[in-house]
Amino acid sequence: MKYITEFRSSELGEGLIARIQQRSKKKVRFMEFCGGHTVTIFRYGIRQLLPPTIEMVSGPGCPICVTANADLDKAIALSHIPGVIVATFGDMLKVPGSRSSLEKAKAEGAEVRTVYSTMDALNIAEANRDKSVVFLGIGFETTAPTIAASILQAEERGIENYYVLSLHKLCPPVIKALLDSGEVELGGLVCPGHVSAIIGSHPWEFIAREYGIPCVISGFEPLDILQCVEMLVEQVEKGESRVEIAYRRGVRPEGNQIALGLMERVFEPSPARWRGMGEIAGSGLKINSKYQRFDAEVSFDIKTAPAVEHKGCICGDILRGVKTPADCKLFGRACTPQNPIGPCMVSAEGSCSAYYLYGGGRGG
Amino acid sequence: MADKILLAHGSGGKLSHDLVAKSFVKALANPLLNTLDDSAVFELSGRLAFTTDSYVVSPIFFPGGDIGRLAVCGTVNDLATSGAKPLYLSLSFIIEEGLSLSELERVVNSVQKAAGEAGVKIVTGDTKVVTKGSADKLFINTAGVGVIPEGVSISGSNAKPGDRVILSGAIGDHGIAVVSQRDGLSFATKLKSDCAPLGGLVAEMLKASPNIHSLRDPTRGGLASSLNELAQQSKVSIRIEEKEIPVREAVLAACEMLGFDPLYVANEGKMIAIVPPEDADKVLKAMRKNKYGRDAAIIGEVEAEPPGRVVMKTVLGSSRIVDMMVGDLLPRIC
Repeated sequence: MKYITEFRSSELGEGLIARIQQRSKKKVRFMEFCGGHTVTIFRYGIRQLLPPTIEMVSGPGCPICVTANADLDKAIALSHIPGVIVATFGDMLKVPGSRSSLEKAKAEGAEVRTVYSTMDALNIAEANRDKSVVFLGIGFETTAPTIAASILQAEERGIENYYVLSLHKLCPPVIKALLDSGEVELGGLVCPGHVSAIIGSHPWEFIAREYGIPCVISGFEPLDILQCVEMLVEQVEKGESRVEIAYRRGVRPEGNQIALGLMERVFEPSPARWRGMGEIAGSGLKINSKYQRFDAEVSFDIKTAPAVEHKGCICGDILRGVKTPADCKLFGRACTPQNPIGPCMVSAEGSCSAYYLYGGGRGG
Repeated sequence: MADKILLAHGSGGKLSHDLVAKSFVKALANPLLNTLDDSAVFELSGRLAFTTDSYVVSPIFFPGGDIGRLAVCGTVNDLATSGAKPLYLSLSFIIEEGLSLSELERVVNSVQKAAGEAGVKIVTGDTKVVTKGSADKLFINTAGVGVIPEGVSISGSNAKPGDRVILSGAIGDHGIAVVSQRDGLSFATKLKSDCAPLGGLVAEMLKASPNIHSLRDPTRGGLASSLNELAQQSKVSIRIEEKEIPVREAVLAACEMLGFDPLYVANEGKMIAIVPPEDADKVLKAMRKNKYGRDAAIIGEVEAEPPGRVVMKTVLGSSRIVDMMVGDLLPRIC
């Protein structure tokens, strides 16, 4: 088992496509929540292969894309505080806030370092005891445990100049908000694979139960997506709604208890701001009172001007699944990967970036 | 400090002289270099190919090669893409103060080995030493000349509808091998850079068919960017088949982990050939006989429409555009 080529097999793919085409009768709209799924769908041209009965829309599952401008502005303001080193995953550098980006702040002299893991940020703090190192905690339930672990490590290793700006977001609450808004009607949900590896399948059950929407947790290879769509179609045609796991090699129903335990020790649920959706109760994670001294929000006086949105950018609508990049006047003209205006064009998991790269700048 | 490069090694005085004599000329000796004149003097006849490049890879040693081998192979391969037989190279070393002499010697020995393998001579060179922090260990600038055999006319603008697209082997090895050694990113892999001189391979391909239309070595930007360049230069469309493109499982796995697409990962020992359909099998056969073309495959063909675009049939049978690389996947890989 090599875990990659097997999940890209042409023959198995053809079989799955044939079964989906044969089985799908009812007109239905599925949302892939996760940006990683959007990329696979575009990279392998999966939309073209599905029957006309199935419409796929992209959801808000790109952590960088959903970060609100007000929060991006905070990160940029932090980088300008003397003695502060901002450590971040590379994707964040180019994301434009209201007036600037971390990349521009860096060019102006701010110390911004790209890291590949939270532990690297901790090592930077250890090597620069005279400075304050702030790690930008961006991500869903997938990254939050590693950031919790870094805080626990900092405590253990006595690293007192390490801080986290916690902008973490939780997936089930945002889906609930999306469904409650009534803006998009969904006939099925492709649930995120890596998020579910942490939280398990139980937190999705309310969607199947209360909203009657079939849910299938999917992996990220093309065959994973096709198998997930096939399972969704099966539920739709039978008139059922359950949570099923297609990504069995990654996800257990109970999730990863160790990772969940780490999160619980360090974080507590809080309201969070989402681009295009405003504040959603219980959809974020803040550092709890026991570990408050690691909280950048508490430890620094972060001053920002009121956030403003980019004129003409419809990233918010795209993230809610009500519009597609092709509906955006800026897409492919004023807004390109070289010169992004909205975050969905910056992040490798952003819908606009996937439309642009794999649709040749002309949309899906 | 005797085993470290000092600023004085680049000052033109005794230390410079000794460094050139002991570390460079001894290893790279040939009649043209040995004169130690300010310029190499030689005669050539026919159409010449002339190229230049700079090498700033970090780290300077990586699995399967180092900056010295890379400099020779990169320059040789640029000459080979015009069909030329590579002959003479210049090398300029910009050394950061404090580099260990043994590291420098390792690089020079590797230059010598690669030049020997490629059948080229290093005929002139230069050394500068800059203060610590002004360079990162070692940068190398090169130039190269070669002679183009008669009857050969190769250019990126020669691709014609109907031509076949041949790739000499698996993609992505170099980029992944280098990045696996990076601070903060290092991961265990048995992958080695594919860094290799392809002058011999190209000579054998031309022997099989002098009618090869285009050649390109897909370095930075990977296969995708090179194919886009060819499609744009020739104002044609290139249609490739994903399942025909050789990629090692280890490269696929690393790409998954890092979020890269192998189509955009750099190579340093691969060649793309665009060949008239009637000659494709001959060229493919010749390539597979060479050790650097053993895994060669026909990966697609040239079509008229849409001009300037690369379209890929995915493993699932759908089609998608393959665009140029945007931004920097990995800085300083060559």
